[in-house]
Amino acid sequence: MKTRLSLCVNGETHDVLVPVHKTLLEVLREDLDLTGTKHGCELGECGTCTVLVDGVPVLSCLALPAELEGTEIVTVEGMARGGELHPLQQAFAELGAAQCGYCTPGVLLTAQALLAETPVPTREQIREALAGNLCRCTGYTKILDAVELAALRTSAAGAAGGRS
Amino acid sequence: MNKERFAVVGQPLPKIDAWSKVTGQTRYADDLVLPRMAFGRLLRSPHSHAWIRRIDTTRARALPGVYAVITGADLPPVKFGILPVSQDEEALCREKVRLVGDPVAAVAAVDEETAERASELIDVEYETLPPLMSIHDSLAHPEVRIHEYGDGPNIHKLVALQFGDVDAAFAKADLVREDVFYFEGNTHLPMEQHAAVAAWGPDGKLTLWSSTQTPHYVHRLLTKILDVPGAHLRVIATPVGGGFGGKLDPFAHEIAACRLSQITGRPVKIALTREEVFYVHRGRHPVLMWLKTGFTRDGDITGSHIRTWLDGGAYGSYGVASTFYTGVINPVTYKMPVYKFEGARIFTNKPPCGPKRGHGTPQPRFALECQLDKAAEQLGLDPADMRRRIAVEPFTKTANHLTVTTTGLVECIDKVVESSGWRDKRERFGARSAGARKKGIGIAASAYMTGAGTAIYWNSMPHSGVVVRADRSGGVSVLCGATDIGQGSDSILAYLVAEGLGIDPKDIRVHASDTDLTPVDLGSYSSRVTLMCGMAAIQAANRLRTAIFEAVAKKLEVPPGALAARDRKVGVPDDWDKAVPFAQAVELGEAMHGVLAFAGSYAPPKRAGKYKGGGVGPSPCYSYSAAVVELTVDEETGEIHLDDIWIGHDVGRALNPLLVEGQVEGSVYMGIGEALMEEQVFRKGLHKTPSMLDYKSPTTLEIPDIRTYLVETDDPEGPFGAKEAGQGPLLPVIPAIANAVYHAVGVRIDEVPITPDKVLRGLELKRQSKPARIGPDRLPVMQWKEPLVVESAFGQPAEAVVLRPFADPTPRA
Repeated sequence: MKTRLSLCVNGETHDVLVPVHKTLLEVLREDLDLTGTKHGCELGECGTCTVLVDGVPVLSCLALPAELEGTEIVTVEGMARGGELHPLQQAFAELGAAQCGYCTPGVLLTAQALLAETPVPTREQIREALAGNLCRCTGYTKILDAVELAALRTSAAGAAGGRS
Repeated sequence: MNKERFAVVGQPLPKIDAWSKVTGQTRYADDLVLPRMAFGRLLRSPHSHAWIRRIDTTRARALPGVYAVITGADLPPVKFGILPVSQDEEALCREKVRLVGDPVAAVAAVDEETAERASELIDVEYETLPPLMSIHDSLAHPEVRIHEYGDGPNIHKLVALQFGDVDAAFAKADLVREDVFYFEGNTHLPMEQHAAVAAWGPDGKLTLWSSTQTPHYVHRLLTKILDVPGAHLRVIATPVGGGFGGKLDPFAHEIAACRLSQITGRPVKIALTREEVFYVHRGRHPVLMWLKTGFTRDGDITGSHIRTWLDGGAYGSYGVASTFYTGVINPVTYKMPVYKFEGARIFTNKPPCGPKRGHGTPQPRFALECQLDKAAEQLGLDPADMRRRIAVEPFTKTANHLTVTTTGLVECIDKVVESSGWRDKRERFGARSAGARKKGIGIAASAYMTGAGTAIYWNSMPHSGVVVRADRSGGVSVLCGATDIGQGSDSILAYLVAEGLGIDPKDIRVHASDTDLTPVDLGSYSSRVTLMCGMAAIQAANRLRTAIFEAVAKKLEVPPGALAARDRKVGVPDDWDKAVPFAQAVELGEAMHGVLAFAGSYAPPKRAGKYKGGGVGPSPCYSYSAAVVELTVDEETGEIHLDDIWIGHDVGRALNPLLVEGQVEGSVYMGIGEALMEEQVFRKGLHKTPSMLDYKSPTTLEIPDIRTYLVETDDPEGPFGAKEAGQGPLLPVIPAIANAVYHAVGVRIDEVPITPDKVLRGLELKRQSKPARIGPDRLPVMQWKEPLVVESAFGQPAEAVVLRPFADPTPRA
């Protein structure tokens, strides 16, 4: 049985007609062509499919769109502002924090939620926040470095009255 | 070119694909959607070992939404395998299944759910056979045969090589140690599950997009498996979401997608589930090892003899190579004048093992480095000093005829010893640390190949090829069959060509891993890509530069030899005002020569030892690594906490230090996972932990910051002197952890992974004043074949001049 839903993703409202049991991950990838959100296990174990729902990291493989009407969903495609990358994206690219890149969207969004709450986190806080996002390539060191760099840049820009 | 004044080489530049990766624009195989595309699903065996008596697909075909159902009868009746000597696989099994997960049928349907429902409606009648689930089982039951071929009942491969007289070497030793070790199997666990999309066109040609590390071998094998001319097949490797060796074989889902597309006239996608990836495997072999080594009182090795038993799983895969690798790389790290190696790969009814990062070498490296530690203690030597003393000499040959060129091992050891505060901590830690939380520090070292010296199938063609083309726009395209699996091979190609042409990497577009468009590269395995593609790229770029220089020289009325290319210009360095912008230089070149497209080819120097089996192990050069690990062991819980890790890696030259560090850190991470938690184990034929939650792998909380020290030795064989970085640094991590655990609590865990329960059992033995060692104590009874006896080449100088096919003559100085 299909149901009509209205979902707000990356600031745009989409009407979709989907089976009620279809997960947010599937709707994003298959109905909205937002393939930036990846799947690693589809059981809520690896963090790869993380998106933000009202700013909170959510495993899209376990989330049902039927319950998400009226929320603001953000995927990796929604991080950049026009042509300008999010400071986290910039730092990840510059520091080599993305190798195969498959876990990267989920890691970026989890980090974005962390920085929204804790603008200049300690390394331990970053570790805690990202503990649910598995990465097999990097050994995490460059991911932690990149989150720190993005936090520093954002807070410096904020202090200088720049981009918030 | 002055090697010390590079414009691009050595710079910490972002990867050329970094931008698409951080924005989610990179399109992996499962992100591809084609019009009218069908979705496929494989039906897999629920039995470990069984005859297939009957397959009835009637009910599945009748399900609405099903386009096609195929079995082995719908494919040409050939067996295949990645190695020519092990042609033992079928995409869909016809007569027999050999593991839980062996594919027997495939469905294409309107969506994945329908395909899955249809696969459940396929009726298969099995007649079960006794499953053989371990090395001991398989050797003890020769009456049950998993395969009908091999070097004995359930023995896939036996190797026996001897270089010099080991008995004489042991007789003159002051200390001879015999130790037994076990290394449990583990798997790659790439974040991306394998996926493939096949599209058979009405013109009778097929295109396959797949998350593969080796489009060339897939292309080559598909011609055989599908019985279609290679000219009509095109294989494109999509960006790979993690490989580590797990995407190096041709797989059933790729083949089934091709055949289903041919039958349905639609593109067909098959994406594996995470559980399927655990069963497809091809990962680290479980290896049982016996190691006997003689030492002088100063710590020199007089000779070494290793026996390895590999649990191969149900198929050959890369197993013959894996078997050799459990023996042949050991003599590359230390001076080992005499060497004997006996190896056996045993078939079992489990997912086939194959190549995983370090391919066959982490297991014997664990054994040797732990044994060295034990010997150092007995001889009263510092384990770091002992390793430093016996480090292999540069530009010499090993006992088994491998040629070592440069080695930075001593410098690697010095770096990690100094930066870790080794000497002080060696004194302070261990039994001297107070309370139940004991600190320990351990060291180990290693060497690894920079590319296999021989291809998987015998041939005289290039191992890697590159085409560089430029046109009047000033843009340059690089075409190469290499596959970027996250290591950055596309970026390396761009950097090297940019360096050669004096332009910015951004001016270059790299088109890779497409068998229609790109010259063959053998694949992303054996740490071969940077060196082999790199050398081919340099050759191609140099040829293009020569053509451009000729045209610019004519225009400026100077000899071509007076020209230089840098900052997107070509000109005479002393008269740079007249330098021609690069785009204009290309225009002049195009006007003089016509289309500017130049090829580069690379094949390794022919240095294989002249004995049967001498083809496995040779490499253009070897990387070296040393690691020091500091950790804390909780004596009450057995838990191990890694506090710090220092790794020194001789990479020859860091073409991009950022990428090299990334490879080193990733290798160290993977070593930590294998050392402490990862294991691929089975219960009644079923994987015990086929999910990412149950199969434990390290998170941000288990991995300390990794302190990397790059050592540059400028190897004459490598591009700008570069050697490998993606596998070697994994090797010393595992034994360094084992040695640090011993230093902390005095318990020897001779078995990987080193889990808390093993630590607690060891501590209990210690309390009972028994030998505090956890590890195997039983070896299979086995008749080894007579070894091939070859004279040891130890200490001979490396050949001064090495001929390399396709190399340009070296210009005179």
